[in-house]
Amino acid sequence: MAENAMDRIARATPPGVARKIRGLSDRAIAWIFVGPSIFLLLAINIFPLIWTIRLSFTNFRVNRINAPVKWIGLRNYERILTDPDIWQTMQATAHFLFWTIFFQVLIGFTLAWLINKKFRGNDLWTTLIVLPMMLSPAVVGNFWTFLYQPQIGLFNYVVAFFTGADPSSFSMIGSIDLAPWAIVIVDTWMWTPFVMLICLAGLRSIPDSIYEAAEIDRASKWRQFWTITIPLVLPFLMMAVLFRGIENFKMFDLVVQLTGGGPGSVTTLTSIDLKREAFEKWRTGYASAYAVILFVTIFGLASIYVKALNKVKER
Amino acid sequence: MSRFFKGIFTLRRGAWEMLASILIALGVFLMMQPFWLLAYTWSFLVTLVGTVMFIIVSHFPE
Repeated sequence: MAENAMDRIARATPPGVARKIRGLSDRAIAWIFVGPSIFLLLAINIFPLIWTIRLSFTNFRVNRINAPVKWIGLRNYERILTDPDIWQTMQATAHFLFWTIFFQVLIGFTLAWLINKKFRGNDLWTTLIVLPMMLSPAVVGNFWTFLYQPQIGLFNYVVAFFTGADPSSFSMIGSIDLAPWAIVIVDTWMWTPFVMLICLAGLRSIPDSIYEAAEIDRASKWRQFWTITIPLVLPFLMMAVLFRGIENFKMFDLVVQLTGGGPGSVTTLTSIDLKREAFEKWRTGYASAYAVILFVTIFGLASIYVKALNKVKER
Repeated sequence: MSRFFKGIFTLRRGAWEMLASILIALGVFLMMQPFWLLAYTWSFLVTLVGTVMFIIVSHFPE
């Protein structure tokens, strides 16, 4: 009979080692499997977090590595939380977060609902809609700067076609009023397919039998939508909002490529501001305090959200 | 409402989690509102208290 690989390894293993391996308890084997993951988690996530919290109470600057590090208590936090410029950055982030999530959920759910209907070319449309999501954010930011060009940009011509305005009379990324909306439009264009896919998964998970029972009870389409579709898709929708909320809170590359945080600082989101403090001004202690504030905010929001999600799932 | 207060006094998880959630939401709102700088100044403290409270009270009995 042919000898398999395991038999060969077993025969080649010295008896002492074999006994040792065989003698391991289940608990020890579990630790061997889990240990590397725990080590990586501690090294990559937990240790930097604790180190950042520690640095946030100092005046440490990473570009002056030999300068004495002074413990300054809560002064970094005090400066950040009384700075009107950072307050303005928080507002810009809130505007971006709220409107991107609002439009992405609205359009994403509508598209999912339409795609879920059986029609010819369904798969082709799904593929086409999903395409923007597959592009790199840096590339998207770059080509949208061309689309937003007042002289040659397609976007301005489309708007001009529908409104009758002169295409070169407005600049989406050069205007203080329009620039915050310019980044909302691009993010919505790019990430609505993601929300659509999650909603589509939710819609396809609803069994037809529920709708059939509702039809027998003579429930109208409108009633079916509000009492069957929405409650059963809600956990999926909430998951999409959680993902997009966290992603957009740390949005960086797309906005940097598109507007660079300008004009002025109207599109400077917290992540862009944080990066400037940490790696352009090299105020490491100050940037650490900034990062801790953002971390606590996201952590708090995520805690509420996960609790709400679990409640919806239990229903 | 009386159930909520009863939960608070008897250290029940649901009521305390609700309180922590309200604090977090209030803190985030204060941080991002465009009206009052002083509210922004205190927003982080409110969020921090809410978040720490949430972590602690999620170990309370149901």
